Order: sequence, then structure tokens, then C-alpha cells
Amino acid sequence: MLRGTVRDISDSRATPRTLQDRALAVEATFNSIVAAAAPLIIAAMGETITEKAGVINLSVEGSIRLSAMTGFAVAFWAGHALVGFGAAAIVGAAIAAIIAYSSIGLKLNQIAVGFVLALLAIDLASFLGDSFVGERGPRVPPLRIPILSDIPFFGKVLFDQDLVVYASFVAIGATWWFFYRTRPGLNIQGIGERPEAAFARGIAVNKLRFWYTVLGGAMVGIAGAAYSLDVKLGWRETLTLNLGWIALAMVIFGGWHPLRVALGAYLFGALQVVAFQLQDVFPGVAQVLPVAPFPLMILALVFVYADWFKKLGDKFPRIRNLLGSEAPAALGTVFERE
Amino acid sequence: MKRSRTAIPTLIAVAAALGVGIALLLAIGAPPFEALRLLVDGSLGSASKISITLLAWSPLILASAGLVITFAAGLWNIGVEGQIIIGAIAASWVARTLPGPGWVVVPATIVAGAVGGLIWALLAGVLKTHGNVHEIFGGLGLDFVAAGLATYLVIGPWKRAGVASTSGTDIFREEAWMPELQAFGVGWPVIPIALGLVSVVLVWVLLRGTLFGLKLKAVGNNAHSSFLRGIPTNRYILGAFAIGGGLAGIAGTVQATAFHHKLVPAISGGYGFLAILVVLLAGYSAVAIGPIALFFVAVSVGSTQLDLRLSLDSAFGGVLLGIIVLFVLFGGAWAAKRPGGSLTPRKEP
Amino acid sequence: MALEIRDIHKHFGPVRANDGISFTVEEGSLHGILGENGAGKSTLMKILSGFYGADSGEVFLDGELLHLGSPSDAIGSGIGMLHQDPLVFLPFSVLDNFALGSPGPTHLDRGEIRDELDRVSSDLGFKFDASRLAGSLTIGERQQLAITRLMWLGAKVLIFDEPTTGISAAQRLQLFATLRKLAKTGLIVLFVSHKLEEVEDLCDSVTVIRHGKVVYEAEMPVPPETLVAEMFGKVFVEQDHQAAPLGATMVRFTGATLFEGTTHIEDLNLEVAAAEVIGLGGLEGSGQRALLRACAGLLAPRTGELVIDGADLTGASYRDHLAAGVHYLPAGRLEEGLIHGISITEHLVIASEDKSFLIDWKAAEQTAESEISDYSIKGVPSSHAEALSGGNQQRLLLAMIPDVVRLLLLEHPTRGLDVESAAYVWTRLLARRSDGTSIIFASADLDELLRYSDRIVVFFGGELFAIRSASETDGEELGYLIGGRERV
Repeated sequence: MLRGTVRDISDSRATPRTLQDRALAVEATFNSIVAAAAPLIIAAMGETITEKAGVINLSVEGSIRLSAMTGFAVAFWAGHALVGFGAAAIVGAAIAAIIAYSSIGLKLNQIAVGFVLALLAIDLASFLGDSFVGERGPRVPPLRIPILSDIPFFGKVLFDQDLVVYASFVAIGATWWFFYRTRPGLNIQGIGERPEAAFARGIAVNKLRFWYTVLGGAMVGIAGAAYSLDVKLGWRETLTLNLGWIALAMVIFGGWHPLRVALGAYLFGALQVVAFQLQDVFPGVAQVLPVAPFPLMILALVFVYADWFKKLGDKFPRIRNLLGSEAPAALGTVFERE
Repeated sequence: MKRSRTAIPTLIAVAAALGVGIALLLAIGAPPFEALRLLVDGSLGSASKISITLLAWSPLILASAGLVITFAAGLWNIGVEGQIIIGAIAASWVARTLPGPGWVVVPATIVAGAVGGLIWALLAGVLKTHGNVHEIFGGLGLDFVAAGLATYLVIGPWKRAGVASTSGTDIFREEAWMPELQAFGVGWPVIPIALGLVSVVLVWVLLRGTLFGLKLKAVGNNAHSSFLRGIPTNRYILGAFAIGGGLAGIAGTVQATAFHHKLVPAISGGYGFLAILVVLLAGYSAVAIGPIALFFVAVSVGSTQLDLRLSLDSAFGGVLLGIIVLFVLFGGAWAAKRPGGSLTPRKEP
Repeated sequence: MALEIRDIHKHFGPVRANDGISFTVEEGSLHGILGENGAGKSTLMKILSGFYGADSGEVFLDGELLHLGSPSDAIGSGIGMLHQDPLVFLPFSVLDNFALGSPGPTHLDRGEIRDELDRVSSDLGFKFDASRLAGSLTIGERQQLAITRLMWLGAKVLIFDEPTTGISAAQRLQLFATLRKLAKTGLIVLFVSHKLEEVEDLCDSVTVIRHGKVVYEAEMPVPPETLVAEMFGKVFVEQDHQAAPLGATMVRFTGATLFEGTTHIEDLNLEVAAAEVIGLGGLEGSGQRALLRACAGLLAPRTGELVIDGADLTGASYRDHLAAGVHYLPAGRLEEGLIHGISITEHLVIASEDKSFLIDWKAAEQTAESEISDYSIKGVPSSHAEALSGGNQQRLLLAMIPDVVRLLLLEHPTRGLDVESAAYVWTRLLARRSDGTSIIFASADLDELLRYSDRIVVFFGGELFAIRSASETDGEELGYLIGGRERV
């Protein structure tokens, strides 16, 4: 269950000959990085929202996989990709709702429930999705945005994509806007930082935590469907292997800030491409590179939390801000009204 | 933890989980009772099947026993997967390089596995005690680093002559294999079973009969009080990681030298994460992990039959286990919510 | 407009925190609410601010019955609460702290809100740098920010819970001026305090609460001795404490500076003799805990020296203090003392001097049984800590004190205990003096301080305020001192 991920990004393997060919290849490479990162970004934004509210949804690896399977199965049955996305969002939201309810309502450990659900959903996806392996279903059609896609380089990279990729842009922008430019977004950060203070200001802490967890879960579900209906056409067990754990790592690496989380996801996309291109030259390195987000996540946490680094960070605040920021202070805790 | 109070909700939860499992089978048009029969038959139906089940049981109870220790200390050792992998890597290194007869090499692989797992667990421990990195994030990260290392070794430095493939390294020479006992026409994994049973007894004795175990429990239940009572909490946390990691590392040795007889990228077999489910279900009790782990591997091993005979995906076993654990957790919480049944201290005003 | 509180009841289990509280506060008045620790002031304020529901009773504002089901109801009704610890979000900016939880359109127009912040704060005479992080504000500034926010939200009633703890003298003057100004505009200010001088200085009228009931209401000024008598109830019992013969110096602080939270104890010079009992009095959070924690090695003095039993322990670790014979029992019996899920036998094993690796459970159980009868603990060896009552938890903690201790540090050793248990606890503690053990304890109970101490150290506003010999003082004087005044 723990294996390095390598996904082929076919465009990037063409061997360039002329200068123009080379420029085209670079464009294509960046285009594929942006496309490859899109579902990961949607999932990581969802998890960021959940964690900002103070809840850890540890089930992401399972949620993504079960929703990828369900999304594909429903779209296959309905003959329409959009229906599949809807079903996947419901699956992700339902798993998140179980975690939220068991934490808020039953006072169970979020970690325990999230972990069990991760493993359960992984197996459930394999079990229920068995008969869909190898089927071809509907896909998200490419959607070239006129005019914008004619911009040199950026047009090809950013605007010659499809709806899922545009949705990932919207997710980054909307999450950022929500956190930093809206009242509910400011309140959600208060809930995750110091719930008793938010409660004293009249914010319904537990109700909002529940709904933000469900929203985050729905986004993870949509990301799952994006893998089976867009990035790859079809469903198989290893389709989203480890991408849920990577999404969790990205949220931490990105210091719970939507733009840095997105940057992390693009770096990971680039890493995958590099790994793929190195495959022939350094086979070992290529297989191992996709693991890189995890030690980076640990390093980011050490930088943020270690006492000795805090002292250093106080001297050079810029370095600290560059490397990460602290988790919402009440992350993973239960709020009880006295 | 008072077991009698949770026994009835646990039974109801297991029954409900089986009900959901049967409903799932019906939903996809499979004969439920035939499937359940195959689960039993596939794991316990013949001597060779029992031998396979017991070989799978050993690493699971080794890892579970280690987790009982870390859970007792209040730690979520999610890094157990990585500790198994590093244990297996260390054992493989010894198996590949140490010359000599089996009675030298096999014990050396066991020690190497334990040391490997211990070091990897201490990494997560030091990150926690000295870097304030929560063991869940640290452990999860180290799991993937270990997995990456295993993959790298298999297709890189330790690749089979001429071929770089993820199917594994060369098979170890036979002296490095854990010897089996021939009986009833099949080989029995006596050494892994012995290691597993010894680990359970060791953990039981540690927690039940020693000052170390008692203080560990104290740290797990209330680190602050424990510190004020003079217990060096960090040392105990690291101690728990060391023991848990050591046992997980031995589980890795078993995987490498008794089961695969080589290093493969997925050497852990997922037993680390499965062991977390075992321990959640066992209510952190060392005595209960033996039978529960046996049930778990029986379901896992047996479910491979579903694939062969009913062409159902073998993941059904995992689904069933996951639902059982989830329902037992919920059952416990609901029982605790009942008035008078509270398992948590009531707050005074 | 008047705030009318009618017959509020609130029980926590058997404890009647509010037992039929009624009073009325008129528009534009600064109303003091006085009472000793645990009198029920905080509970009443939490009911008014929507944190708790009352069991019964009603609150009217301007003749209208208020529904106070949550803080948002209270804010909506115009009741704003300032907590003793101003509940700010430390890593957020001043502006975001100001805006968080405010009603308004979804889009957060920070420019507009900055204007509002500037407008309201300059009306109040405060000045903020909107982009600073709230964590870098002083307690006083955080409080000013909270007042500004509540006024912006349209508060008609402001409740202040011990607002002068941890703020500077200048900030206190400014706060009082602001409160007077706000009252002039017709606002109702409820000023919950312990500090007589401040109530005398500020309030127009006063309500005294004792044991969950209103015992006294008056327009100010009122002679302070009346307030002290009403707050603390009947005249205190005579001291029947038999001082033990004092020995050599056990604890010596020389020029020590202790900083912790709102506590700033400067140039602390204190000597405690062997077999001496020192009582620490004062409003909760005035510095008693800092002194105890410093003695225990949990709070290193910034400057100065700490010598215990002849050994220089300045800056030494907690475990070094333990080794030197210091034993500390904090207030939270189940949070900082005992361990839930662990039996009496197991607690005693952990506390025992026997460090052998294997536990002899038979012997341990016998020890537990003898300690249970010795300390009259109501429980069996297998009883878990959380299953014991407060009194029995304290008895277990006493049983866990090592045989040889040089310095015992206790926080509220008899809080929540019945009279018999409390007397028992003190019998056991005082018996230790014969070995020369010194005792330093903090208590909110004046009776306890007077009865058992040789000397009483009173803290006020995070500073050491006065030291009195227990035989030369009385409850009245302590009441004054705790309120920050010398007796007139």
C-alpha cells in the first residue's frame, strides 16, 4: 500500500530536436504539470478548509479513492461526467460527515475514526469497483479558452486545459478570497485558532466545524472524480495511490495557506514530471523522488515547531515565514461549551 | 478500561458490522453465506492454509504488541509501517552480506530488524520530544521515506542481476531463511510464531508487572501529572517508541526472511496499518491482540479465496474488518454517552 | 433603561452557585459586584453573557425579557462581556481581532472596518496600530481592543470581570476614565471585582454576593469595613494554631524576580524557617501560584537567588528540586496530581521509594490497604483516581507524599472538602513539622490561612503586597490586604 507514485505524463517525453520543438516541449511540460496538479490542488484546498476550522480529516487517502471509483461508476452508468462528479462529492462529504459527527457528537478521537475510514474506504473502493476496472467512461472534454489561450506560453500552459483545471484555479482563488477577504472566512480561522474565544463572540463553533468539514470532504470527493474522469480515463485500484497522503502533507508543507499549498502541489507535479524524465537515466532516483514531499513536510514542521528554531526564527522572521507557519492552534481538539 | 461495560456494545457492534457485510455482498449479487464460508475455508481449510495464516499472523501480532506499548504511552505510532520496512531492509542487508551458517545469520537478521525498526521509531520519537512534531505527521512522513528507500534499494543498488524491476531483489541464500518445521506434509513457521508469542507475553508482562510499564501507562494517561510526580516523561516516550519500533522491526525481518525471502517494495504487507486496527479493537490490551489478530489474518488470507472462487475482489476482507472496527468505536462511544455508563471522568464544577 | 436580574438559580451538581440572585442596575450607573472567590459572581456573569443557561430566573433589559441562550444572543441583546483574560486571537492582526465575529456582509471590507476601528477607538480615547499582531499587545491594550469592539457592536451593558488584573497603573487610570465616560452616555457597567479600593473609587452602587446569594446592596460610598464584613461573612474564628519551634532557614529568596503571565514579582526577599507554615493569600492569579512554582523549580527566577535547605537551586530543574526534598501539590487534583485510569494501588507504587523493576502486586495491594485505612480513604485498592471524591483524592495525594520531605508546597489543600476532611488533611500536614518540614500553601479561605499559618503573605495585582504574622492579624485586615488596601 505504500509505494512511490509514478504517473506518466506522455507529452513530456518527446525528444526535442529544433529550438522551436524545444520551446513547444517546455510549454507542453508546464501544461502537463498544471493539469497533473489540478485534482491534488482541489483536494488540498478542501483539507485546508477543514483543518483551518480545527478538524483533521485523516481519511483523505481513502476518500479520494472511493470517490474516484464512485464518480467513475456513476458517470459510466449515467453516461455523463458531471453526474459522476456530483456523486463523488457526496461520497467525500459523507465520509467527512462521519468524522465530524463522531468527533463533535460522540467525542471520539478524530484521528482514530479518520484513520479507520481511510483504510475502510480504500478497501471498499477496490471491492465495489472491481467490475469497473478496464471500462472506459465519459471524460471531461478539453476546453480551450479563446483569446486567453493565445497569450504566448501562459496561454498554452494555463488556458488550453479543461474544466477540472479551471476549477483548480477557482479553488485556489476562492479559498484564498474566502479566508482573507470574507467575514465567514475570518470566523473559520477564529474557530480553528481559539474556539472558546470564537464562541464568546457569538460564533456557533461546532455547527460550523461540522459544515466546513463536510465542505472540505466534498472537495476531496471532487478531486477523486477528477482522477478517474479526467487525469486518467477509467478506474483501477492504484489510480490515486498515495495522493491522499500527499494532499495531507501539502497542507502542512504549505503552512495552511492556500497559495503556498498550491505552490507545493505544483512543485509535486513538477517532481513527478522530472522523475518520469529521469526514469531511464537514474531508475532508482526516479522512483523515489515522488516521496520527497514527506521529508519536506517533516522539515517544515521542525522549522515551525522546534524551540531552537523558534529562537532562530525570532531573529530572522523572513526565513520562518518562508518555511512555514503554525497549524491552527486548536487543530484536532474538541470544543465543549464549558 | 473496564471491559465488562464495553462487552455488550462490542458484541452488538460486531453483529451489526457482519450484517452490513452481508448486505454489501447481497447488493453486488454475491451469495453471502457462501462467501463467509469461503473466508473460513480459505484461511483454516487445510494444513497448508493454516500454515500460511499463521505466517501472516506473526508479523501482525509483533507489530500489534509494539503498538500496545506506544498506545499505552498515549502515542499514535502511525510510523509503524515505516518501522516494519526499515526492519526488513536491515534484515535483508544482513541476509545479503553476512556469511556463515543459519544459526548465525538468522539471529543476526532478527537483531538487525529490531535495531532498524528501533532507530526509525526513535526518529519519530525525537521529532516529537525535541522538535515538537506530532508523531502522526512525523510517523506518516517517515513511512513514506522508508517506502521510498525500499523501492530505491530494490531497483537501484540491490537490483537483480541485469534487471531493474519492482518485483524484488534476488532471493536470499537459504541459510538466511527462517527455518520451518516440517509436519503434516507442510512447513510450519515456528520461529515467527514463537517471536510473535514471545512479544505478546513480553508486552503483557511489561505493562502488567513492571514499574516501567506502570509509569508508561501513567505518562499515557496524564503526562502532566506524571511529570509532576517525578516521572521523566520524555525518556518514557522514547522508551515506548524504542520498544514499539523494535518489535515492528522484527515483524519486518519475518516478512523479509520467512515470507518473501527477498526484499520487495511493499515488504510491510500493510501489516502496520492493520495492526493499528487490531489494537483499536483490542482496546489496547496485550492479551486480546492474539485472538483478534488471528481473526484479522484469517479474514485477510481467507478473502483471497473470494477472488478465486466467486471472482469477488479480495478487498472484501478489509472492508469487513474496517466496518467492525468503526462500529466497535461507535458502540463504545454510544455506551459512554448512556447515563451511568461513562468511561471518562466526570468534571466537577 | 435598566438591567433587572430576577431570581437567578444555577446549580452544578450539589453546589448552588447562584441561589436566587435578584438586583437591578439603573441606566448610566457603574455597578460593582463584590464577593470572595467562589461566591458565584463568575457564574452570574457567564449566565448574563450567554455562556451558561440559568436553571431558572429571568433577565430584563429596558423592560424587555431577554433570551440568553448563547453568547450571540447576549451580544444581540446588547450585553457585552470582557473576560479577565481578553479572549484575543494571538496570531491575528488587531484589525482581524476587531472584525472577527462581527455582523455584516460576506465581503470583509478591511478599509471600512479600519475606519470604524479608528472612529470608535478615538471616541474612547484609545489608539491602535491595526496591522500589529494581537499577541504583541499588552493585556491592557487587548482589553481596550475588546471594549472598542463591544462598543462598535452596540453594547448597552458592559460586564468587566476583574479587569485590572495584569494591567499597568496608567492603563487602569485610563480604563476607569473610559468607564466613567461610558456610564455618562447612559451605558450600564457591571464591575466585578475583589479590589475594594477600585470599587470605592469607581462605582456608584454595589451588590455583594456570598454563597450564591445577594447579601448586601447599597449606593456608594459605603465604609470599607462594611464591605469586608459582607464579603467574608461572620467574624473569623480565633486562631488556635500551635506554632512548632522553628528551625534553621529552609527557603531563601534573595532579590528574586518572578515573571509569569500577569505576575511580576520584583526583588523578592523571603525567608522561610524549617517547620514554619506560610500561608499565601490573595485574589486568584495574584502571584501565589508563581511563588509556589518558583519554589518547585517549575518557574526559574529571572534574577536573584533561591536556596532551599542549604542548596543553591537557582535555575535548577524540577527533578533537582524533587531530589532536594521539595514536594508540590497543585490545585488540579485530577489534572496535575493524580492520573485517571490508574488505581490507588498503582498510584502508591508510582510514589513508592521502591524502584525494583518487577512489581510485587500482592505486597503493593497490602500497602494500599494499609494506606487506605491509615488515611481513611473511601475506596478500595483497585479504585481508579477519577472514581474517588475530591476529599478522597486529596487523601490519596497526601498518602503519596514521600516519607522524607523538606518543603511541602500546596495549592488549595482543602478546597471543596467537607469540614472533617479538611481538618484531617491539616492534622496530617502539621504532623510533618516535627521532622522540620516547612509548608507553603495558597488558599482562598481566610479562615484556613489564619488557623494554620505562622505567617501570611498577601499578594495583590501580581505583586507581593504584605506579610503578616498570623497571630497579629485578623480576618478583617486580611480582607483589606487582599483588596489591596492597608487597614485604616
